[in-house]
Amino acid sequence: MFPTPIQKRSRAAQISYQTLLPLALIMWLLPLIAVMLFSIRPMADFSAGNYWGVPSSFELFANYGRVFFDSDMPRYLLNSVLITVPTVIGAVTLSCMTGFALGIYRFRGNLLIFFMFIAGNFVPFQILMVPVRDLTLGLGLYDTKLGLILFHIAFQTGFCTLFMRNFIRALPYELIEAARVEGVAEWRIFWYVVLPLMRPAIAALSVLIFTFIWNDYFWAIVLTQGPNAQPVTAGITSFNSQFVAQYHLMSAGSIVAAIPPVLMFFLMQRHFIAGLTLGAVK
Amino acid sequence: MAVAASETYAGPTWLQRNRMIVTPILFLLPGLLFFGLYVIIPIFQSFNISLYRWDGLGEATYIGLANYQELLTDRNFEISLWNNVRWLALYLLAIPLGLGIALFLNQTVTGIRVYKSMFFFPFVLSQVVVGLVFSWFYLPREGLLNGVLTLFGMEPINVLGDPDLATYGIIAAGLWPQTAYCMILYLTGLNAVDPEQVEAGRLDGAKGWKMLWYVILPQLKPATFIAFVVTIIGALRSFDLISIMTNGGPFGSTRVLSFYMFEKALSEFGFRMGYGSAIAVVLFLIMLVFIGYFLWQMWYDEREARR
Repeated sequence: MFPTPIQKRSRAAQISYQTLLPLALIMWLLPLIAVMLFSIRPMADFSAGNYWGVPSSFELFANYGRVFFDSDMPRYLLNSVLITVPTVIGAVTLSCMTGFALGIYRFRGNLLIFFMFIAGNFVPFQILMVPVRDLTLGLGLYDTKLGLILFHIAFQTGFCTLFMRNFIRALPYELIEAARVEGVAEWRIFWYVVLPLMRPAIAALSVLIFTFIWNDYFWAIVLTQGPNAQPVTAGITSFNSQFVAQYHLMSAGSIVAAIPPVLMFFLMQRHFIAGLTLGAVK
Repeated sequence: MAVAASETYAGPTWLQRNRMIVTPILFLLPGLLFFGLYVIIPIFQSFNISLYRWDGLGEATYIGLANYQELLTDRNFEISLWNNVRWLALYLLAIPLGLGIALFLNQTVTGIRVYKSMFFFPFVLSQVVVGLVFSWFYLPREGLLNGVLTLFGMEPINVLGDPDLATYGIIAAGLWPQTAYCMILYLTGLNAVDPEQVEAGRLDGAKGWKMLWYVILPQLKPATFIAFVVTIIGALRSFDLISIMTNGGPFGSTRVLSFYMFEKALSEFGFRMGYGSAIAVVLFLIMLVFIGYFLWQMWYDEREARR
C-alpha cells in the first residue's frame, strides 16, 4: 500500500493526519459551503452587508419555499426528469445491442465501427450544433422534450457502446460457445445468456448517464427555449433573472437544481464509481 | 423413400447459414442509424455549411473559403484560440492535483470513505451550478474569496471583472470538478497497485518520491491515460462555465472557440451559421489531433490484448 499506512507511523503523524482531514475537506468545499450559508439567510442580511456573520434569522423554509412555490422551478425539475429518464432507457437499450454485436461477433469492420462510436463521442458539440438544430427544426421537434431526448440518446450511444462492448468482451466467451453448441438461437443467447450478466454494467451506466444528461446545459439552450421544455440547467438562468441580486433565493435555487444528481450519486455510489473508472484499471 | 426425404429437407435456411453476420447487423442497426443521423452526418454537414454564407433561414450563398479567410484577421478568433491554449495547459493541472489528493486520502482510517465521496462530489454537480457557485464566491462585495483576502489584510480583487484575471478565475472553477474526477481515477488505480512490488521497493530502499516515480506511477498508467483523455476533452469542451460566469466578457476576454462559435451562430450578435461552422471546424480539427492519438493508443491496446 502506498503511501505508508498512517497506522505504522508515529503518534504525532496520526494525530496531524486526523486533524488535517476535516480541515482539508472544509477548504475543498468552501465555495459550496458559502452558497449553502447564503441560502438560509434573510434578504435583510444582504442589504445590511452581513454576508458572513451570524444570520439575523434562519430562513431555510421561507427561501426554499419560494423556490418551489414562487417560480417555475418545479416545472423545470419535472422537465429534467422527463428528459433524463427516457434518455437513459433509450441509450442503455441501444448500447446493450451494439455492445453485444461488437463484443461477441467477429466480422469485417467491427473495430472500425467501434472506433467510430468512440471518436464520435469525443467530438466538440459545436461541430454538430447547426445541423442538429436544423434537423430538429425540420422534424418539428424544436423546443420539445422529445427533440432533446432523441439527440441525447443518439449521442450517448457512443459512450455507452464503448462501455458495454468492453464489458461484454470481458465476459467468459465459453458461455456463448456452449449455448451455440446446444443450438440456441443468437437472439436468445443475447436475451437469456448475455443480458442477465450485464446487470452491473447496466446499473453503472444508467447512474452515469443520468448525471450526464441531467447536467447538460449546451444542448438545452440550443434545442429548447421556454419553460415548456427546458430542463433545470437552462431554466436556472431564467430563475436567476427573476430574482436578480437576491442571493439567498438564487443560491437556494441552484442547490435545488443540483440535488437530484447528488442524491443519485450518494445512493448509487458503488455503481457510479464502477462506471466512471471502467477501463482505468485492468 | 430416401429420395423423398432428401427433397423435403432443404438444409439450413439462408438465415441460419448467415446468422453470424445477420445477427450483428440487426443488433447494430438501430444504434448506428441514430448515431449516424445525429453525430456522423452532421460533422460532414458542418464542413459543408462552413463554405456558405447562411443566416439559418433564407438561401445559403456559396462563398468558398471566405469564412476561413475572415477568421485569419478576426481578432476575437485569435483571443479565443489563445484562451483555448490556456485552458488546455492549466486544465492539465487537474491530473497532478487529483493524484495528490488521492495519495492524501489513500489511508484506512475511520470515516475515510465518507471523506472520499465528499471530495469527489463536486464532479456530480452540473457545470452550471459550479459556475454559479464560483461566480458568487468571486463576487467583489459579497463573495467569500474577498472576505478571506481582507481578513488577511489583502486588497479585494474583482476576479471576473478583470479582463486579465477572468479566464484564470473560470479555469480555477473548472479545475474543481475535474480534479475530483482525476482523484477518483487515481484512488481506484491505487487500490489495484500490487502490494508485493511496493514491499520489494521498500526493501530496495525506495521511499517517498522515488517510490512514487519508479514503482507507483508506472502501475497507475491506465488511470493516467484516462485522466489525460477526459481532461483534454473537457478543456476543449469548456462552454458552460464561460456562458454562466462571464458570458464571454469582460470585453470578450474570456471567449474560447466553443463559446465564440455559439455566439456567432446563435445569439443576438447575429445568426452567422456559416462563419460559426468554420470556427467549429477549426475546433474539431484541433480536437481531432487528440482523438487520433487516443484512438491509436486504444487500437494498440486492442492488438496487444488479442495476442
